[in-house]
Amino acid sequence: MISARASRHLPVIVTILLALMLTLVPLPEALDPFRPDWVVLILIYWGMTTPRSYNVGSAWIIGILLDVAQGTLLGQHALALCVIVYITIKFHLLMRVFPLSQLTATVFALLALYQFLLFWINGVAGVTMPAIGYWASVITGAIVWPFLSMFLSGVRFRAQIRA
Amino acid sequence: MVSSPSNRSGLARIPALGLRALALICLSILLMVLDHRDNHLDAARRAIGAAVYPIQIVVDAPVRFWAWIREAGTTRNELRLENSRLKVERLLTNARLQRFTALEAENARLRELLEARRQVRGEIRVAEIMAVDANPYRHNLVIAIGQQDGVYDGQAIVDANGVIGQVVEVGLMTAQAILISDPDHALPVEVNRNGLRTVALGTGEFDRLDLPFLPNNADIRSGDLLVTSGLGGAFPSGYPVAIVTNVTRIPQEPFADVTATPAAALNQVREVMLIWSASPAVDATDGADD
Repeated sequence: MISARASRHLPVIVTILLALMLTLVPLPEALDPFRPDWVVLILIYWGMTTPRSYNVGSAWIIGILLDVAQGTLLGQHALALCVIVYITIKFHLLMRVFPLSQLTATVFALLALYQFLLFWINGVAGVTMPAIGYWASVITGAIVWPFLSMFLSGVRFRAQIRA
Repeated sequence: MVSSPSNRSGLARIPALGLRALALICLSILLMVLDHRDNHLDAARRAIGAAVYPIQIVVDAPVRFWAWIREAGTTRNELRLENSRLKVERLLTNARLQRFTALEAENARLRELLEARRQVRGEIRVAEIMAVDANPYRHNLVIAIGQQDGVYDGQAIVDANGVIGQVVEVGLMTAQAILISDPDHALPVEVNRNGLRTVALGTGEFDRLDLPFLPNNADIRSGDLLVTSGLGGAFPSGYPVAIVTNVTRIPQEPFADVTATPAAALNQVREVMLIWSASPAVDATDGADD
């Protein structure tokens, strides 16, 4: 019983850890703005498919980890991720039946909202930010989404994770 | 956790999802306010940082492994060449150091004559940089020593060529540092040639610092070496910071447009040196941010 539960949680935890690592891997300076928000993408996917097991609580905890790892205000990423996952779960039934193109557009909007929330909090807190390239990650994130969701569906079916 | 067919039929409601989200958002805002006001949450940060540490280690590992492979793959001949080159370099450095020792002694004597404050020599320790990209929008780096080794907030970091930045956050085994090129960083400097004091601001580019507070008639020209003035208290004085590359004087503007290139290769360093100055009581935010 326990092993069955563990095997259901393991793929999710591993993918989230991978996303955190990809967020921290150093990239050349020119490519850095184009780094997709891996953690957001992964959390959107798991929030959409398994909203009961992974929802705002797990998003918040991962956000706090991200805050510490990136040295941002404690709670900044946590808040943004929480909002994104909340919206995802609110509309998860709808998003599941969306065709891929429409789903990608939705993900694009969610990523833009995520960046906007971070940007907004930075503005309120008075942290200066280079404005150029700030939104590039939204576009690359949307481009990456179809492949990532296909990959994660594979993982999900192999591990037989259901809602 | 129960997966029932009712999930599919539009009844898949998570109990109190909205309430939970609202509570967590309020908690986030509370945390941010506490974090922003005073650094109340340093202890919490340190604790969570310990959880992030393994991830940083894993991310850093391939880069370290690659460096190790390259080191192991160097041929005997290359090593011999490098060895002889280093020997020559050491000889030259030693020769320079001899003169420096004499100068230091002379300086101390003169200072005593002038009854000036004795200049303190800080203790120095080498630290490795972890190959972790901390935050894409800031110029910062993670170094592989932390509170356990006595690193403190606001500590100055230099490399062989000049100032790199300062510590802004101390974890248990790691520390985050802000580079002098970060747009939020300001560093009190003086022109080595004539002692003219000003502030060097980061621009967000690794190879450029701005000196926006120099009047048009200031005695500064390209090629001037800027060194730390020690005024902010965070940095010991006399470390090279940057070389002035461009001075543009526009007659109708009150300030000259002066830019400089950092002396240290900010985006290429693998190892840095941390300086323990004699008075570590200065807060980082007093020295740099405001």
